[in-house]
Amino acid sequence: MISLKDVSLAYAGRTGPVLALEGTTISVGRGEFAAVVGPSGCGKSTLMKLVTGLVKPTTGVVAVDGAPVTGPVKMAGMAFQNANLLPWRTVTDNILLPLEIVEPYRGKFRSHRAEYVAKVEDLLATVGLKGFGDRFPWELSGGMQQRASLCRSLIHEPALLMLDEPFAALDAFTREELWCVLRDVWQRLKFTVVLVTHDLREAVFLADTVHVMSARPGRIIETRDVSFTRPRDLEVCYDKAFTDIVHDLRNQIAQVRKG
Amino acid sequence: MNSSKIESLAPWIFVIALFVIWELVCKLFGVSTITLPAPSDIWAAILRYWAPLLRNSFVTLWTTLAGFALAVAFGLFLGLVVGWSRTIYRGLYPVMIGFNSIPKVAVVPILVLWFGIGEIPAILTAFLISFFPIVVNVATGLATIEPELEDVLRALGASKLDVMRKVGIPRAMPYFFGSLKVAITLAFVGTVVSETIAANAGIGFLMAQAGSNFQMPLVFAGLIALAVEGILMYAATAWLEQRMTGWAFRAQGSAAA
Repeated sequence: MISLKDVSLAYAGRTGPVLALEGTTISVGRGEFAAVVGPSGCGKSTLMKLVTGLVKPTTGVVAVDGAPVTGPVKMAGMAFQNANLLPWRTVTDNILLPLEIVEPYRGKFRSHRAEYVAKVEDLLATVGLKGFGDRFPWELSGGMQQRASLCRSLIHEPALLMLDEPFAALDAFTREELWCVLRDVWQRLKFTVVLVTHDLREAVFLADTVHVMSARPGRIIETRDVSFTRPRDLEVCYDKAFTDIVHDLRNQIAQVRKG
Repeated sequence: MNSSKIESLAPWIFVIALFVIWELVCKLFGVSTITLPAPSDIWAAILRYWAPLLRNSFVTLWTTLAGFALAVAFGLFLGLVVGWSRTIYRGLYPVMIGFNSIPKVAVVPILVLWFGIGEIPAILTAFLISFFPIVVNVATGLATIEPELEDVLRALGASKLDVMRKVGIPRAMPYFFGSLKVAITLAFVGTVVSETIAANAGIGFLMAQAGSNFQMPLVFAGLIALAVEGILMYAATAWLEQRMTGWAFRAQGSAAA
């Protein structure tokens, strides 16, 4: 589904060119849940922009679905640490936004609106926001806004979901709740996910594979498969095998931070 | 009387107190009417000259509104253009700053040479002085779109026009309506300045005439008329702002709660 081959990216910084990524090679299969972890400032977010085609690599090739990426991929769903909902739109209208833009929904948005609204309500129920469609974003708590943001990134049934630390600003309990929401939606719809995070437990709990990045300029220094049986329960986080992996990853990142 | 009732009456109490003190000072110190007329003298002038006051107020009102309307149309257009493209923004910025720093009083004689004495220089002065804050505000609203939100939309294949229509323009609306309050006040200043220098109607003209005839109560009656008009126009735009972009205020209110 996604492949980066020997990708480097340099951008013009204030004091000359900055190398954000160097020689990054990574591949994510269709329907796979991949997590990217690493120290802060290692170019994890740059990776997201490369995959979605928002920036072009300086060298190397980024390919999605076998075709090299030359511009915005026009189908990826994205969610960030900030929910970024539009305050003048209700929750439902916020979630409908991608359908106003992406084809083929865009062309028939007016005539099929009722159908799409029903779809939004369905999705809202999945993430535990049933009945909140008519509210405005600022009437919701941070966790609820993030749920709505997740709905917005999924409404057009993207084959690829890019998440950039989506749960980082939430409290621990809400975060775990949303892990389960994401787990369930993913298990139901089976899209490809790239989750950028610095929360190792989050990465290990949710992902099939965890990629570890080095400090800037970022490279993938290790790829680790996580093979706990699915569906996973939150209890798995307290398994010895689970904590061992987290501990191991923790040590690796501590090392690259020093290096 | 409870405190909220006192608070709602406070504006009236202060206005009345101001006039009472004014009246007392004039009477107690025997201030000459030529220097500073007392409110009672001004009131008498208003009653005596209500017809010309009303007629000239109307002229000032419509020239201000005409200049303001031009400023809104042009300011909105230029603001969208400037907010759209960084290159245009960089190119136009020095020109706009330079233009805005010219005191518009200096432009009035040129306008008079071009268009003659009358309403047109007043309308144009009002326009020239008031479009700038609209441009700056609209452009700011567009330029401060959250980059992540733009990424979300662009990753869906949204064009620049899509991003502007769905996010940029609605987002700029509170800035736009906010700037109208500033713009209408400035437009009013522009009109009156121009009328004072070169016009044959309007409150500015009336005051200049009354001044040269030493009719100070009438000059002050003109000031009162200006104050009333200014307050009304400001209130109208403030009301419009509340009505059109209530979500922006509610959002702040809920964040504070």
